[in-house]
Amino acid sequence: MVGNIAEAEDLTQEAFLQLHRKISTFRGESAFSTWLHRMAINVVLMQLRKKGLSLISLDEAMEPAPEQGPGRSFGAPDPALSGTIDRLALERAVADLPAGYRLIFILHDVEGYEHNEIASMLECSIGNSKSQLHKARLRLRDALRAQSRKEAQP
Amino acid sequence: MTGDPSKMSCAEFQAQLPELIGSGADAAAHSHIQSCELCRALLSDLETIAEAARQLLPVVEPPDELWEHIESAIKNEDGQADDGPKALK
Repeated sequence: MVGNIAEAEDLTQEAFLQLHRKISTFRGESAFSTWLHRMAINVVLMQLRKKGLSLISLDEAMEPAPEQGPGRSFGAPDPALSGTIDRLALERAVADLPAGYRLIFILHDVEGYEHNEIASMLECSIGNSKSQLHKARLRLRDALRAQSRKEAQP
Repeated sequence: MTGDPSKMSCAEFQAQLPELIGSGADAAAHSHIQSCELCRALLSDLETIAEAARQLLPVVEPPDELWEHIESAIKNEDGQADDGPKALK
């Protein structure tokens, strides 16, 4: 999620420290694994905010300006992706996503969270979660197509 | 915006796409998709990406010494707590 192993290790440590500090507040209202995962996500969010990364660019997400957004496809006769995507290529493209997009993409498409769960974790609206995920996928599509165009060149 | 979904422009359709996909509706059944090859290709790509993402569960194993660091950080914190409240600055 942070795209950097050393930082991921620091955040893992911080998540365990938080767990140690807050374990007494666990009331069993959700599964322990959900509670722990949410806490770990919060540690990541705090870190991203600390680094000044715009986590969810809410304003941008709401702007109805698809012609300026990533992945515009009207009038662009680019070839579609083939039916399968190379795992490494996708991993690379995900790593290159802006932090906010990457977070939502991983939570939804990789880890399988629903939009309502993401909205509650990230304190954004469900519409924003859907919109950000869509933009993340559009960016990935652009990146993957650019990559395959590059590979197709002699 | 036109009332007839099949006469929708690509921009109009794509503006609705996040909600359409996110709500779990069958976007492929939308009448614009039936008549627009470009948007059909877009939708197919987005579905392929979402499908491929499921294979991307994290595979990075944390190094063994990470737990040692965590353990010592926790002990360190406990030690500070045992020393009583820190003096106010």
